[in-house]
Amino acid sequence: MNNSLFGFEINVWLDALARLGLIVGVMTVVAMGLIYGERKILARFQQRIGPQKTGPFGLLQSVADAIKLVGKEDLRPNAADPWTFELAPYFVFIPIFLGFVSLPFLLGVNIRLFDLGLLYFIAVSSVNIVGWIMAGWGSDNRYAMIGGMRAAAQAISYELPLVLSLVTVAMLAGSLNLKDIVEGQGTVPYIAWLPLAFVIFFISTLAEMNRPPFDIPIGESEVVGGPFVEYSGIRWSMFMLGEYASLWILSVLTAAVFLGGYSWPFGEDLGRGYQLVLMAAKSSLYIFVVFWVRASIPRLRIDQLMSYSWKILLPLSLAQVLVVGFVRVYELPDIFLAIEGVFGLIILVSLTGRAVASNRRLPGAARTMRSEAA
Amino acid sequence: MVASPQHEFETQDLLINVGPQHPSTHGVFRMVLTIDGEVVKDVVPYIGYLHRGAEKLCETMDFRQGIGFMDRTEYLAAHNAELSYVMAVEALAGLEVPDRAQWIRTILCELNRLSSHFMFLGAFGIDVGVFGTPFIYAWREREAIIDLFEEISGDRMMYAYFRPGGLAWDVPLNFKERVREVLKSTRQGIKDFDELLTQNEIFRARTEGIGYISAEDAIDWGMSGPSIRASGVALDVRRDEPYLKYADLDFDVITGENGDVFDRYYCRLMEMHESVKIIEQCLARLEPGLIVPDKMPRMLRAAPGEVYIRTEAPRGEYGIYMVSKGGNRPYRLKVRSACLSNLQALKQMSVDQYVADAIIVLGSIDIVLSEVDR
Repeated sequence: MNNSLFGFEINVWLDALARLGLIVGVMTVVAMGLIYGERKILARFQQRIGPQKTGPFGLLQSVADAIKLVGKEDLRPNAADPWTFELAPYFVFIPIFLGFVSLPFLLGVNIRLFDLGLLYFIAVSSVNIVGWIMAGWGSDNRYAMIGGMRAAAQAISYELPLVLSLVTVAMLAGSLNLKDIVEGQGTVPYIAWLPLAFVIFFISTLAEMNRPPFDIPIGESEVVGGPFVEYSGIRWSMFMLGEYASLWILSVLTAAVFLGGYSWPFGEDLGRGYQLVLMAAKSSLYIFVVFWVRASIPRLRIDQLMSYSWKILLPLSLAQVLVVGFVRVYELPDIFLAIEGVFGLIILVSLTGRAVASNRRLPGAARTMRSEAA
Repeated sequence: MVASPQHEFETQDLLINVGPQHPSTHGVFRMVLTIDGEVVKDVVPYIGYLHRGAEKLCETMDFRQGIGFMDRTEYLAAHNAELSYVMAVEALAGLEVPDRAQWIRTILCELNRLSSHFMFLGAFGIDVGVFGTPFIYAWREREAIIDLFEEISGDRMMYAYFRPGGLAWDVPLNFKERVREVLKSTRQGIKDFDELLTQNEIFRARTEGIGYISAEDAIDWGMSGPSIRASGVALDVRRDEPYLKYADLDFDVITGENGDVFDRYYCRLMEMHESVKIIEQCLARLEPGLIVPDKMPRMLRAAPGEVYIRTEAPRGEYGIYMVSKGGNRPYRLKVRSACLSNLQALKQMSVDQYVADAIIVLGSIDIVLSEVDR
């Protein structure tokens, strides 16, 4: 049985092996690039220079880090549960790589296109939380356990708005095939019709990746790295790799699902170079915003995180699903959706901003006391 | 363990050890939290990891040698710590400090208050969970001030620049221009923090209403400095018992009224404006003159007696109780540490808060462990 890989006819098993190698290779390189990019970009936000000594512009910093991590001793606490502890990194790592399979990078450039690609992606992307809980439980460390429990609570809360906002896209596209979804945005990307769904999706992805302001499970200043606190060397680097791989995967998914993928603007007839530039630009934009958020926003508290998801994001995303269904069933013009989205955004922002709207008196000068004393 | 009534199944409180090696304990402080889920039920603080016996050591040393030890009790505001000590010696030895020395001391103390508060803002930003940005911003502003101190005293942290009777040597000729230069960047730095943290919704949501302590309780615990002013008690030694040249200066005492973490943060931020104001007034009135008294004795001998001198250090009332039986060394020396008294209220402020809040409550007291333990 033969299969075609980039135009070459090769054996199915060889093909599978080649694709697997491609996934791991590309993913590792991209994750290392992202780590370098994050360090450089965060450094600019913080008026630092970032890595500069390793290679030109510090480009080899990630390579140096990788070599150091691989060379480190793989420690396991005496009291840790050996199987749970040692297997946890794979449970984080493998689901993320599985998510890679269905992504539409360019027209005809992908590992596999499923008819239910979006569903598949949602299904596998939420498995890695098992690894987090295993790491938290297996480490026999209280920080790790608290971190693992927080990760579980967070994943359950944010999975729903994430999925519901993707459901609206699927309803609009009329398909779960990511290729069809991208090509459905040839003229107008879905972010124009579904701004509210996009914002909810963006916030939920931040929580999904445990990036700030939702980095509660790994909160450096509270639980000191959370589930990873006991890991070192290669296992720790697998968590790290998984984190950045999922950042990249979600950036590609965002670009494909909301920002028009390789299709918008001007359709997909302009060749692969053009598509590559488009995809790179769109996913880089997403990644940059994620870094930007990390540089400027404090961490939420666990109860605030939960109530934000359950009380604000979930009802709004349910309402969005309802409106999209209404528009589709009664065949109303799409512009109605955009108007609804803008209204929804206003509601979301005003609900989010209620913390500041509280009328409290700021500390002021006690000048009266001074005159009394004088 | 006894099952608490609100749970259907048996639960167990978890002891979690924070410190002495933890990113958020600001030194070698250790607290053992008893947590029920995410809620803190009890706090047991352990201090003493940094005890060096500085007070006892001072009893074996000449008055001038003790200055270095006082620097090291409060390393973030060494000028303020020195000030109390040299004022105590001056009171016992009956030395009259010349005007110029007093003005310079006032300027340096206020500059040190600025640098110390910047340090607080940066560390507090990290406690709340912004990745590094406030810390680096604070570091940038603090660096300018520290550079100025280095130009004046030759040292960046342990200045030993105030001496009984006046100053070690005169300030450089371009002192006024340099201070004005530093103040310019400081003003910008305060504004940056206002925009980065105060106007951030998540920051407000995290800090408002957390770690409340009432004015009565704050007085009972013997708190001082910005920590008590945030609860609405206008207690400021600079205004209540003016020392140096504070009686001639026009400044406000900043008080909050909510007594929570946000007010403690904001009081410090507003206080920095007042410090800038004070320094500007001092600069306008700084005249050439002597920096030590005309008839400075070659051997410093104190009259028998005892004295308690208190000054307003950045963290609160820093007092020196000194007993002399004649001779060139103190018979007994006791440091009244503001941090130690403020720390007493930690338990009251953090019980029944979330774990993440207990961390920022500790951060909001702004402790320096070397002052607590001495």
